[in-house]
Amino acid sequence: MEQQTGTFAVKKGLAQMLKGGVIMDVVTPEQAKIAEDAGACAVMALERVPADIRAQGGVARMSDPELILKIMDAVSIPVMAKCRIGHFVEAQILEAIGVDYIDESEVLTPADEEHHINKHLFKVPFVCGARNLGEALRRIGEGAAMIRTKGEAGTGDVVEAVRHARAVLGEIRRLTTMADEELMHYAKEIGAPYELVKETKQLGRLPVVNFAAGGIATPADAALMMQLGMDGVFVGSGIFKSGNPAKRAAAIVKAVTHYNDPAILAEVSRNLGEPMVGRNISTMPEIERIAGRGW
Amino acid sequence: MFQRRTVDMTVPSLRSTVSIIMKIGVLALQGDFAEHLSMLRRLGVEAAEVRLPRHLDDLDGLIIPGGESTTIGKLAVDFDLIEPLRQFGKTHAIWGTCAGAIFLSKDVRRPQPLLGLMDIIVQRNAFGRQVDSFEADLPIPELGALPYHAVFIRAPIIESVFGEARVLATLPDGRIVAAQQGKLLATSFHPELTEDVRFHEYFLALAR
Repeated sequence: MEQQTGTFAVKKGLAQMLKGGVIMDVVTPEQAKIAEDAGACAVMALERVPADIRAQGGVARMSDPELILKIMDAVSIPVMAKCRIGHFVEAQILEAIGVDYIDESEVLTPADEEHHINKHLFKVPFVCGARNLGEALRRIGEGAAMIRTKGEAGTGDVVEAVRHARAVLGEIRRLTTMADEELMHYAKEIGAPYELVKETKQLGRLPVVNFAAGGIATPADAALMMQLGMDGVFVGSGIFKSGNPAKRAAAIVKAVTHYNDPAILAEVSRNLGEPMVGRNISTMPEIERIAGRGW
Repeated sequence: MFQRRTVDMTVPSLRSTVSIIMKIGVLALQGDFAEHLSMLRRLGVEAAEVRLPRHLDDLDGLIIPGGESTTIGKLAVDFDLIEPLRQFGKTHAIWGTCAGAIFLSKDVRRPQPLLGLMDIIVQRNAFGRQVDSFEADLPIPELGALPYHAVFIRAPIIESVFGEARVLATLPDGRIVAAQQGKLLATSFHPELTEDVRFHEYFLALAR
């Protein structure tokens, strides 16, 4: 009997197992344990959360593999890690140490201003950010097995994640009403592979799992993204930059499960302590925004 | 891209069971419950999401999907589902896929909430990390002569069966990947990620 590893079905399949769950940014093994105990379905191992990357500036790179390995040892749930856009050697290193998912992320400083990684060449699956349907389908065309909204990471302001979720889901709704002969023109217009445009129309959804990310800070934010139609939620700076990370993390997990039950949402939202200090995006200079990274 | 299998692999002896209208719940705390729901609806069964104890009331059977077993276990504790699920499993069919199989087991050799309904010991992440996830064709006599294409994702294995549990499927090296105990089923792999409906039909026959 032949066993096939690294197929698109198993790459996409792991993301399917994460659905209805919360993926949390952690910077130490202790935080990873807190996240797992709170019910995270996976953790993102990082040296700095996006809020600190913003505050400290400089070039943001892949984290030290030693740190990622320690986090992998600390928990039994999947561990993800970020590499820079286009930096396929960082991705090779992350694959070599055995991370479960790679986020080719705009949160780090891009290594290539035209090209993303050819993700088909890897056995490890990739998640990529997208602001609209064209960007999502380009990333899937390059081999991404999971998509997330970009939002505006490290701000605690959910407005960009909502914008990107509404863009992708709204474009899919419009696509499903198009005549088949309109698809080639539409594919050209949004810069997406024709075959994936066809497949998306047929499915009525992205061909891969689609999470919300970038600015989610409260249980209500998380449930908002789920009610909009996302498959699950990434929470970056929102948990460990808040007053009571363990309690907030557990509350966000419950809010994603019971996203349609306002009584439970009210209950889990009580007494969570201070949320992360937010940064209002509407007053943020264009140069500080990172969602525009990615091509 | 993953090519969907389009062959009709319905088990002839089970075909009659699916015409009876049944209501099957899928535990929807976390994981790929939507994939199970759409498979059940394809088979003409009424399917419902289960998040709270009262959602178990009028069900003929329950599927516990793939996902993260620690997450599912914690949410089941937080929303007081453990005892109602144990009671449900005493009289009804329950099938756990991957995380669901872990949750049904008696022991996983680490502390985490379990239903303990099946006489199986399970080892989590038994094949390694995600890069070791795989697809393979398995012979499963109960499903007929055609091999069953199984998808394993950070999969557990059933280390041993005892008591009333019996082995349904193994890998060529003998490791157990599916087991049954009366109306209870556990699989390491994910029939809900394929187009092959035979395992769901097999479960519906137990739930009948």
